[in-house]
Amino acid sequence: MSSLPSTPAKVPFYRNLTALKWAFQIAAVLLVFALLYWLYSNYQENISKSNIQTDLRFLDNPANFTIPGNDFDQSQPVRDAFVQGFLNTIRVSFVGIILATILGTLVGIARLSKNFMVRTLGAVYVELIRNLPLLLLITFMNLGVVLQAFPRIEDAWVPLDLFVVSNRGIAIPWYLGPSGQLALIILAAVVIAFVVGKIRVRQADKSGKQDRAWLYGILTFALILISSWMIFGYSFETPLVDGRGTTGGLRIDPSLFALLASLVIYTSSHIAEIVRGSILAVNKGQGEAADAIALSGSQKMRLIILPQAFRIAMPAIGNQYLNLIKNTSLGATISYFELTQVAQITVGNGSPAVPAFTLTLLVYLGISLITSLVVNYFNRRLALVER
Amino acid sequence: MITWMRRNLFRSITDSFLTILSGSLLLYVVWQALQFIFVTGRWEIIQVNLKILLVGRFPDELIYLLGLSILAIVFGISALAAGGRGTREHKSLTLLLWGLLQRFGLLIATGVLLIALGGDQESLLFGFYVIAAVAAGRIFGAIRKRTALSKLPGWAWVLINVLPALSLVFISISQAALEEWGGFLINFYLAIVSIALCFPLGVMLALGRRSALPLLRWLSTAYIELIRGAPLFVLLLLAGVALEFFIPDSITPDPIFRSVTVFTLFTAAYLAEIVRGGLQSIPKGQAEAGKALGMSATKITFLITLPQALRNVIPAQIGQFISLFKDTTLAGVALSVFELLNVGSAITKQDAFLGQGLVYESLAFVGLLFWVGSYFMSRESQRIEKKLGVGIR
Repeated sequence: MSSLPSTPAKVPFYRNLTALKWAFQIAAVLLVFALLYWLYSNYQENISKSNIQTDLRFLDNPANFTIPGNDFDQSQPVRDAFVQGFLNTIRVSFVGIILATILGTLVGIARLSKNFMVRTLGAVYVELIRNLPLLLLITFMNLGVVLQAFPRIEDAWVPLDLFVVSNRGIAIPWYLGPSGQLALIILAAVVIAFVVGKIRVRQADKSGKQDRAWLYGILTFALILISSWMIFGYSFETPLVDGRGTTGGLRIDPSLFALLASLVIYTSSHIAEIVRGSILAVNKGQGEAADAIALSGSQKMRLIILPQAFRIAMPAIGNQYLNLIKNTSLGATISYFELTQVAQITVGNGSPAVPAFTLTLLVYLGISLITSLVVNYFNRRLALVER
Repeated sequence: MITWMRRNLFRSITDSFLTILSGSLLLYVVWQALQFIFVTGRWEIIQVNLKILLVGRFPDELIYLLGLSILAIVFGISALAAGGRGTREHKSLTLLLWGLLQRFGLLIATGVLLIALGGDQESLLFGFYVIAAVAAGRIFGAIRKRTALSKLPGWAWVLINVLPALSLVFISISQAALEEWGGFLINFYLAIVSIALCFPLGVMLALGRRSALPLLRWLSTAYIELIRGAPLFVLLLLAGVALEFFIPDSITPDPIFRSVTVFTLFTAAYLAEIVRGGLQSIPKGQAEAGKALGMSATKITFLITLPQALRNVIPAQIGQFISLFKDTTLAGVALSVFELLNVGSAITKQDAFLGQGLVYESLAFVGLLFWVGSYFMSRESQRIEKKLGVGIR
């Protein structure tokens, strides 16, 4: 352009595109900062008038409330209450994500079944749940199912003598022993089983025989678990009704059960739709090729269709995981002591609102970011390597 | 029939087993539901509280304004739908009716149910008025095609049909104080106002995130990611206890104002991601063609890429609207807005109904309204998706 004789050598600044672009951006940024400054100055003014803390010192004050199902003492600082709330949030999210994925995948496959009844049942489930507000499900689970339909503790349901179901919660059989140890053993077993599976796959690739890697993996896992179970002397304990409560086993609080059940049901209906769409999106030729080499129906699904479908579904399912984690905040509506409930109560007890809720939001943001990092990592691992 | 059964129900032994299992489960659920609806359900609680569930404490003498607004909205939509279609393949009357029944059957059934629950002459009359409004809209649309009205530009036609509804809605708002609104009306109002307000912000954020200007891009990205990482419920709680710290003392926001603010700011971030997806789906050639014609960047965006992007993501936008519609229930718990779910729980605590275990009845009614609304919208969105052929290309 500059070589053309007709253009002037120097462009005036108001016609200079680079200058204009930067001027525009700086104006936009200034506008945003002006807005933020306005909010901040209002905040300062209101704070100075009402003499409220603005920093995180409130975390050291005594909490003055107890957390049911937890040996949290009310003289402990607010900080510890937040930690307990955080752990509860993580607990519900973790279990919820696993259960919702399993249930959602099953329902998603059921919706594509050749069997009319199974198909209809899946469709009814998905369409019914997906179009209801989550809060309605949670309220229904809490008020309608747990508090009204479940029996009182005196005449609790005891299916198979293993579980105790009553409106004081559900007790399930659980092992006896230190909890951290078992978690470590399970983690180690998973890692070792994974490595064994990988080695089997490599061997099978070399020898050209069928691999059965997952069988070896599961066997290794079971072997490690059973042997360490015996070495450390763990045992199962079934819950028993004991007066106004239950002893033994693991007790799931009514609010935890209501929250977990509704989150799993709600999220699984969304995951089912994603799984269904992804299975339909797998190239038809893949299924036909599997038929052509005479794979059985379940082999075709397991080895050919599902791995490819999950590649397509991964980003959307990751979004559902994030939604589930954020939706655990609704536990506060039925007094399940997760992060939001802790924040709400401590603010009600006199902690300053803005710092407390900002802290809560930042924790959620952190959890979301870490989850999306993990999902993105798997997404990249699964993604098709293209030219 | 027998071949169908053999193929779809009893293909193999496991298949037959599954059929019997899921069939009995399905039958059990349907049986329980029917029994609940027709035998065990005590629906007086809904009948007595029907008005408060639908419109809250809206003043009785002003309800006619709401009725008129609904009629105007129905009329406008019906006229626009009639006038919008250019050519239509010739269908037999039965097919046409069947299609209409499939599309609107659920809404009609719900309307009939509400009229039956209302049980007085006025609600029945209102039902007829709605049908009349639909018919009048169709006729008005047909008139437009045949007469000089067809020379009107598209925007004027839209304006003619939208303006009466909008002005009636504004009159209703100005006549009755917002605190007197409640029930389902509030859910609808919150959802519609928030989606309308978040639109400009969402589109701006989407453009900002795809802009070549780094500062704008960073600002938009930061906003979108911050909001998307936060739970809506916590934001609503925060607005409930902390909003007054950030605005001058002279303004005292009411709960509805707070919830509209949060819903708008929240949905804008999600809408921005949807619109961004739409912008990414537009082939580069479109913008390049614009450049070749010598259009400025602004013109290319607003006349070429953005309209196509917005059209392509209409189904996703409806999905976002549905989830916003369902999320309006959160305003009830977080900010004590008197919305449907809140009303539904409150009526079970009335003196006449306290402690009778009527949670099922009230939640079933609340759930029905939400379910019908969401299901209808998602079906319509699927229809639009097919019409646009978005998934096919």
